[in-house]
Amino acid sequence: MSKQEQQEVQQEGCRTSRPSPDARLVTGAEAVAEAMRQIDPDVMAVYPITPQTPIIEAFSQYVADGRVHTELLLMESEHSALSAVVGSALAGARTVTATASQGLAYMIEVLYIAAALRAPFVMAVGMRALSGPINIHADHSDVMLARDSGAVILIAETAEEAYDLTVIATRLAEDPAVMLPVLVGQDGFITTHAAEPVRLLDDALVRGFVGEYHVPYPLLDPGRPTTQGAFSMPDSYFPQKAQEEAATRQAGGRFLTLAGDYARVSGRELSAVETYRTEDAEVVLVAMGSVVGTMKDAVDRLRARGLRVGVLKLRMFRPFPEDALRKEISPGQLLLVFDRALSPGSWPPLFLEVAARIRGNSCRSLVFGLGGRDLSVEAVMTVVEGREDLPANAASHLGIAGGAL
Amino acid sequence: MPRFGESVDRYLRRELLPTVWCPGCGNGSIVQALAMALARIGREPEDVVVVGGIGCSGRTPFYLATNALHTTHGRALAFATGLKLARPDLEVVVTSGDGDSLAIGGNHFIHAARRNLDVTLLLFNNAIYGMTGGQAAPTTPTGSRTSTSPGSGSTERSFDAVELAMAAGATFVARTTTFDVQEMPLYIERAIRHRGFSMVEIITQCPTYYGRLNRLGEAPAMLVWERDMTGEPSDDQHGWKTGVFRDDDLPAYGDLTGQNSVRTRA
Repeated sequence: MSKQEQQEVQQEGCRTSRPSPDARLVTGAEAVAEAMRQIDPDVMAVYPITPQTPIIEAFSQYVADGRVHTELLLMESEHSALSAVVGSALAGARTVTATASQGLAYMIEVLYIAAALRAPFVMAVGMRALSGPINIHADHSDVMLARDSGAVILIAETAEEAYDLTVIATRLAEDPAVMLPVLVGQDGFITTHAAEPVRLLDDALVRGFVGEYHVPYPLLDPGRPTTQGAFSMPDSYFPQKAQEEAATRQAGGRFLTLAGDYARVSGRELSAVETYRTEDAEVVLVAMGSVVGTMKDAVDRLRARGLRVGVLKLRMFRPFPEDALRKEISPGQLLLVFDRALSPGSWPPLFLEVAARIRGNSCRSLVFGLGGRDLSVEAVMTVVEGREDLPANAASHLGIAGGAL
Repeated sequence: MPRFGESVDRYLRRELLPTVWCPGCGNGSIVQALAMALARIGREPEDVVVVGGIGCSGRTPFYLATNALHTTHGRALAFATGLKLARPDLEVVVTSGDGDSLAIGGNHFIHAARRNLDVTLLLFNNAIYGMTGGQAAPTTPTGSRTSTSPGSGSTERSFDAVELAMAAGATFVARTTTFDVQEMPLYIERAIRHRGFSMVEIITQCPTYYGRLNRLGEAPAMLVWERDMTGEPSDDQHGWKTGVFRDDDLPAYGDLTGQNSVRTRA
């Protein structure tokens, strides 16, 4: 790095990442446990899996200490845990769970049912690779399993975002126009286990924001008994799925409104799409999760070398925020889409989403970091500097022999 | 009984030692006992498959020079069912923990027992989820502290794996502990030789979580605790009875349909 580059990086560092004096140093898992303590749900049903476990351990301590009124169910599997969550949510209790990887994979059958039954709850996910081979590290393969379930999927870059999104997700899940499971993903270990400064809000502020939970259509209403989860023939199945899809789409608009409400109490803006130095950018890096922090550093250093480059981060993957994405992209910009997951036999999931919405832009697909492999600032810079050599007809697997880079 | 030497070494991958398990963990004693049992039986290592699930016990196949299959959480017995039916000539040993076999894989446990599938299950019972950080398991005794039942301890009742296996139809059922290092390989040997579903529950110490959270001391103290907690089947004064509870000769799964005579292409 040249001296000028160093100076610019230092200035940028001061501008963007100075922690607030009231921030506390906590891990992403602890931040979510803290949000859940403040939300004080009626029921939590879980099964242990790394790297979700610190959320449950911290929460168990809150239960033992009487700091929450939550009924904590330690179930015999994730399949059972999510089934209990759905039962609890339908019965009218504010319900949360947390899982990762194989645990989410095992929940998937029930997650589709949860969305179809319009069961509102929040699920924290410590995003992690799927077996096999067996691996416990950061990766987005697990949440991609939930892609078509109907659930809302929010993805945090930092521990503080995981905290913020968990609070917003409570309202979003319970919104009468939505009534769906909301997944809040954070990168396994990188975010769940690394301590960062997090500006936790006052308990009263969070409790005031989430408010009392009023169930619009309770299962257990003796005055108006209903049947839920019944068999559906072709005449009613498709219309029901269409209603469910409409709810997932509506979650996009409702998120904007709720994030606006949250900004008023927290002072923190959480848009579905966030940009960093993209105004005049010729190259835009598109990504989700903790890697965005790495990219911001790479962008600062590349800009110091005169490259006009920026980052576009997605905080929401379902519903896919296509209007916000289109608004932030200018014609002619080259988009480098970074995926931490594969879709063997096709293009990676985030790339497909972006490419389907863009007109008049070139896109390149890059797969990185599977099974927790690190992506360094230097590697991001190398990709950007070598962008002319990225193939247009296939995804580049970063760091793999035979890959483009 | 063979001592550590050539005959036992054939079944171990010594180059992988020391094990990945925490200092003082009882699982290494079980690996040793399994290797001794295999040496006494004398099957070639390539004729044996050790199938592991997920959890600390799931690491067991790594240390054995037999065939090894590392599967998903709870499903070791289900994978083993397919394996045994395709290759009935192989000796199939499943190493699985209490969380693996009695919680997430509880269904496979009772159905393998019900079918009297000719495999051997070594059930490592440390009364807690060790690998993920000491959460309460279905074997955690009521009142025991875990990371998910701090304070006054677990309020749930626990499973008795021996009673469960017997009720589900297992034809060889035994329980021992990592304190009983002389007895353990003998039980494992009998279980492997037995035709039909064999289950040996082995109480194994977890000083890192169960011992620490319940103030039971380090591994030596926990071994003494295991000794003091266990008694003969006729002894009603102790929590865990040890011994062989059933050893019945009944048709194994496939015996009546002839499936066990199937030989697939090698």
